[in-house]
Amino acid sequence: MDFSVLRNLISRYCAGEEYWVDSRTVYIGHKEPPPAAEAYIPQRYPDNRIVSSKYTLWNFIPKNLFEQFRRIANFYFLLIFLVQLIIDTPTSPVTSGLPLFFVITVTAIKQGYEDWLRHKADCSINECPVDMVQQGTVVRTQSSKLRVGDVVMVREDETFPCDLILLSSSRGDGTCYVTTTSLDGESSHKTYYAVPDTMAFKTEQEVDSLHATIECEQPQPDLYKFVGRINIYKEREDPIARPLGAENLLLRGATLKNTGHIYAVAIYTGMDTKMALNYQSKSQKRSAVEKSMNAFLIVYLCILISKAVINTVLKYAWQWSADRDEPWYNHRTEIDRERHVVIRAFTDFLAFMVLFNYIIPVSMYVTVEMQKFLGSYFIAWDKDMYDEELGVGAQVNTSDLNEELGQVEYVFTDKTGTLTENNMEFIECCVDGHVYIPHAICNGQILSAASSIDMIDSSPGGYRREHEDLFFRALCLCHTVQAKEEETVDSIKRGIHLGKPTSFYISSSPDEVALVEGMKRLGYTYLRLKDSHMEILNKDDEIERFELLHVLNFDSVRRRMSVIVKSSSGEYLLFCKGADTSIFPRVVSGKVEQVRARVEQNAVEGLRTLCVAYRSLSPAEYEEACHQLSDAKLALKDREQRLAQAYDLIERDFTLLGATAVEDRLQEKAADTIESLQKAGMKVWVLTGDKMETAAATCYASKLFRRSTQILELTKKRTEEQSLHDVLFDLSRTVLRQRSLSGLSVECQDYGLIIDGATLSAVLKPSPESSGSGNYREIFLEICRNCSAVLCCRMAPLQKAQIVKLIKASKEHPITLAIGDGANDVSMILEAHVGIGIMGKEGRQAARNSDYAIPKFKHLKKMLLVHGHFYYIRIAELVQYFFYKNVCFIFPQFLYQFFCGFSQQPLYDTAYLTLYNISFTSLPILLYSLIEKHISIEMLKRDPTLYKDVAKNALLRWPVFLYWTCLGLFNACIFFFGAYFLFDNTTFTSNGQLMTTNTQMMFGNWTFGTLVFTVLVFTVTLKLALDTHHWTWINHFVIWGSLLFYVIFSLLWGGIIWPFLNYQRMYYVFMQMLSSGPAWLGIILLIAISLLPDVVKKVLCRTLWPTATERAQSNRSCLTVELSTIFVLTQSDSRLSF
Amino acid sequence: MMASSYNAKEEDRHQPGATGHVGSGTMTNKMPDNTAFKQQRLPAWQPILTAGTVLPAFFVIGLLFIPIGVGLFVTSNNIKEFEIDYTGVDMSSPCYSCSQSYSWNNTKSCTCSVPFSLDQPFESNVFMYYGLSNFYQNHRRYVKSRDDSQLNGDKTSLQSPSKECEPYRSSDKPIAPCGAIANSLFNDTLELYYIDPNGSRTAIPLVKKGIAWWTDKHVKFRNPSGNNNLTVVFQGTSKPVNWRKPVFELDPSDSDNNGFINEDFIVWMRTAALPTFRKLYRIIQKKPNNMTPTLPRGEYILEVTYNYPVRSFDGRKRMILSAISWMGGKNPFLGIAYITVGSVCFCLGLVLLSIHYRYGKRNSADISS
Repeated sequence: MDFSVLRNLISRYCAGEEYWVDSRTVYIGHKEPPPAAEAYIPQRYPDNRIVSSKYTLWNFIPKNLFEQFRRIANFYFLLIFLVQLIIDTPTSPVTSGLPLFFVITVTAIKQGYEDWLRHKADCSINECPVDMVQQGTVVRTQSSKLRVGDVVMVREDETFPCDLILLSSSRGDGTCYVTTTSLDGESSHKTYYAVPDTMAFKTEQEVDSLHATIECEQPQPDLYKFVGRINIYKEREDPIARPLGAENLLLRGATLKNTGHIYAVAIYTGMDTKMALNYQSKSQKRSAVEKSMNAFLIVYLCILISKAVINTVLKYAWQWSADRDEPWYNHRTEIDRERHVVIRAFTDFLAFMVLFNYIIPVSMYVTVEMQKFLGSYFIAWDKDMYDEELGVGAQVNTSDLNEELGQVEYVFTDKTGTLTENNMEFIECCVDGHVYIPHAICNGQILSAASSIDMIDSSPGGYRREHEDLFFRALCLCHTVQAKEEETVDSIKRGIHLGKPTSFYISSSPDEVALVEGMKRLGYTYLRLKDSHMEILNKDDEIERFELLHVLNFDSVRRRMSVIVKSSSGEYLLFCKGADTSIFPRVVSGKVEQVRARVEQNAVEGLRTLCVAYRSLSPAEYEEACHQLSDAKLALKDREQRLAQAYDLIERDFTLLGATAVEDRLQEKAADTIESLQKAGMKVWVLTGDKMETAAATCYASKLFRRSTQILELTKKRTEEQSLHDVLFDLSRTVLRQRSLSGLSVECQDYGLIIDGATLSAVLKPSPESSGSGNYREIFLEICRNCSAVLCCRMAPLQKAQIVKLIKASKEHPITLAIGDGANDVSMILEAHVGIGIMGKEGRQAARNSDYAIPKFKHLKKMLLVHGHFYYIRIAELVQYFFYKNVCFIFPQFLYQFFCGFSQQPLYDTAYLTLYNISFTSLPILLYSLIEKHISIEMLKRDPTLYKDVAKNALLRWPVFLYWTCLGLFNACIFFFGAYFLFDNTTFTSNGQLMTTNTQMMFGNWTFGTLVFTVLVFTVTLKLALDTHHWTWINHFVIWGSLLFYVIFSLLWGGIIWPFLNYQRMYYVFMQMLSSGPAWLGIILLIAISLLPDVVKKVLCRTLWPTATERAQSNRSCLTVELSTIFVLTQSDSRLSF
Repeated sequence: MMASSYNAKEEDRHQPGATGHVGSGTMTNKMPDNTAFKQQRLPAWQPILTAGTVLPAFFVIGLLFIPIGVGLFVTSNNIKEFEIDYTGVDMSSPCYSCSQSYSWNNTKSCTCSVPFSLDQPFESNVFMYYGLSNFYQNHRRYVKSRDDSQLNGDKTSLQSPSKECEPYRSSDKPIAPCGAIANSLFNDTLELYYIDPNGSRTAIPLVKKGIAWWTDKHVKFRNPSGNNNLTVVFQGTSKPVNWRKPVFELDPSDSDNNGFINEDFIVWMRTAALPTFRKLYRIIQKKPNNMTPTLPRGEYILEVTYNYPVRSFDGRKRMILSAISWMGGKNPFLGIAYITVGSVCFCLGLVLLSIHYRYGKRNSADISS
């Protein structure tokens, strides 16, 4: 074995840097290897301190500020603030500084608090005691002091402090049970193994005597992948090298179960652990609403800049004559006069920018974020989406996409576990074409062997008997199911099964459990795995023992798994089970035709089928296989690939035994949900790895395909007969002809498309030989567009993502949603605009990677039709309203410039400028965007077509945006010119008179501004009130409350000489205004004029061109008393005049 | 423990979306509360703006606004107002020479008499205004050129006025009151004389107090305290450059109207909203228990001490006499606007009514079918 060491050394030093980068050598117990073996290279690794906090006490302020100002909006406002500080601007820096400060502080406090919690959590973890083995004794130390190479002892129910390689456990067989609930949510107990050479160490002293190194890859985040090698040095012996895989690696965060204690060595510590590496950010998804919001922002930015430019130009045109620029009563200062005109013009431009910058308010971002954050609670709170059985409700992993739920056009759904229950039930098996059906289906209850077998012939022929025996044994042996003995308490509950060892099965694959339980019902009970022997209780109540030699694990590429066992008679047997397509090509003998017929028949019935085959190995063959496997397992590089090759070599020349059929029932209301989604205008695609027949059967059952649906097939079978080209053109002709006909006929023939993975990759593959082939993709998309439902079967996980990507990139850029429950759906979930995970049985990977997680498929209906719809209309109104109210706010200021010599004189007082967006008009819209319900939940559920009303970003399209902006401009003009005519007397030169009060006092510019502002606040708030369809007491409270707050604030603000202000311009202005009769009349008049067009537009649209939603609303209103509406409208009129 | 420590981090990665792991941790295992708020089922009133519901509101608004508008319009028309431009732009105008020969250094004041006649008598109190045109009192540089704390009687501000007052802040000594607004105080003196039919002139008594806001006069504006003798108080300050007399001589006859609390000064300091404006100058009070009108019809003379130059910026100066009603001064705009809006609402109401009858039925039929 010198050779291998030499090879190691050579490869280490010759491979050079690269090799170093992706592997690390760990010296167990920090003991140097024997000098002969290899050079001891001390390496530095991070200690086991977990740092999840982002800040420390002294870097918090700079780092947090930096983080916050990296956001473009914050940076924009900072820029405005700095401009205000540097140059002489019309408004004081406070107006933009205060809101910015407010936003920054609130965010900083929130982040600081979270960071403090993280610090606390870090601390408690880092100081958590750990038992470490040093010099043969157990030493208690803090978790953070652990280093790579330390040997650790972990007791039952303790959590692993870092990533460890299992050396030995208190269980004799070198295994330990672990639950990884906190890592991936899977609650099942997983078995981990120690290397046989170390599993004998039972005491600290023994462990301490171990002399070994571990070579392993550098840390990587994949929880389920690990390659490494342990070299054990023994005195005067060659070092032994053993492969290490994921089954040897205990992950930080997992918990030890059912095992007294273990010894293990730390290999990844601190931030290198897989758990820490896994908590890195996913790519951010952006919603369509956010995109339109940004587009609108750009428009407003252009408006802002053009406003500033126009005003600057006009200013200099206007003040061309010195009498206008500097009349005798209004001289410039010397410094100002000396400044160059270009600099002055630039300063003026900046000053105008500052004056109008409120058109893009800070508070919009804050409000949108708050709306999304708070709004997402409604999903988690929804008890309709709570599943009693699982004990979970819906989960929101990101609230950025709430409104996207209302915009979905394509739904991509997985089949198994999503449409179906993934609650497998063994239906039948067939051995050489003879069918066996368990007599009664009793949910895994053990029945007596005799009664459970229905059709097994008592006197079968020898050949058949042999196959039957092999078949049942194969199913009992070829799996990774764990048998778990019942706890004593439970056994009392279930303990009616007298005498029999009671146990239940745990596996990550429900199919396997179903099969093993099915076998139990047919008389072959898998008992347990003990000392690498599998024990089976056969029909005759005899225990058979097979030595488990190798497990060739299942993977989705091979789609099969195998075990190699040695029977008690010394025979080597390889059992394999897998999908029919992956087994049949490897079969050399057996009754293939009969089995295939049965499999196909079962598939049509929607059952999941597996084929079982075996191969008996001669000792020489076994040796060879063994060699191949261990070679591949030992490889540090490309282990996956080499393993696959090895498997490919071993799994061949099968003898077919038979097939099994397992039923996976549809989830409750799956059909109803799919029907609703289709009615709502969404296209539902099923993407599954299953066989075409099985998948199609499920599709019929779930009403994705109806009896009337014409099925178009685009499968390998067809493309073998015809070229892909012809098939595609055929299909597209069919579809298009139909479309041209349907222009005349109302009844539309709907099409369903079935495509399989092989054909799909052919379609997507850009083939070089013909120039027209690039159009395959287009033709395919064209066909898909015209199909109401598409079924993609035989899909690899990555192909699922490809399909989603294909649709996403098609020219309409539809919004896609992917829903799935298993690890194979993760890529699709990440790819789609909205990813939804089902908290199903296949672990929690999908749910973890999703944006939203729901317990059942049926909850998708409420999620999209109700929550999505609500979120969309809420946020759409929020965005439009925010732009509208700021146009109303700023445009009068723009107009005022024409009357004050373009001098950047603000119309409103500083306090009003500052607080308009922060407090006077912020709460009503926030509340609206949280609880508005324009239509009832029941109505939305009952009539899915309402979803079409908001489809394709209907409320944020340019015409709508233009309407809102025009409304804003109109209102702004009304405010300004209304006040202008009230104040101005030049138009009525002969008989005009300035508005005076009963006390005949004069009003100045601040009263003018206050009048405009008062009308503004009332109009904008009442406009929202008109848009509100759902008036709860909170709405009343907030809307009337915020108006009242404005009045009270104004009274207070003008009622006191504020000592900290250097001006008292607002002193008594508001009171004086209110004491004037014409001001009251003017305010009421202007509010009425401003609201009038919107009301008229609403009423006309509703009467003449009602949308489906509006019809539904009116329908409801027929039931309610109309009088109340009138009453409140008049009431709100009287409200205007308080 | 480990899981919880990472929850915070997990939340953070969704920053800046400021999202939380709503469902994770404790939430998942609990049945959500069945409260009306959490289930979005709060009882609510759900109004819908349909033709049927809005119609009455339109008619009500129409019926309310039209009478109000008519009332306002009639009242406004009954208010008498008289306006005379005395700038002296024309050669023929009596103030032409004064407007031409004007210079700031001229210590001798120029006076001119503008004759006018009133066709109708003014009953009750009459308000006398001066009006300026093309005068940008709302220019930003101008508006902020004042020191409110100086005007409020603050001693330190008196000696060192705010920087905002530049370039009217100091001329070797600090200026009181500082700033462009104060510097450009309107300083024409206007006097009214009634020409009796027999040719004799009777001066009309003009009341110069009660023209400023009460709060301005008593709270916002205050003379520096310490001494009743304003001359002493304002020692160490100089008068604004354009003023002829220092602030403590604005009204030597009345200590309650002198210094910063001079009402003409206070009225001027309230900057106008628009470049054409008028400001209250004097009040002509109704003669007590006298049946004769305040200003009987007949010939009058306006005596102007012409100090204030407006020709340089194309300005105009006017004198306005106006009566007042319950709704303030003359303002036909409000009345006309009310009538217009009222009738528009009424018409819309009619239009909506017809639409409602033609289409409303159809819609409800659609729904029921």
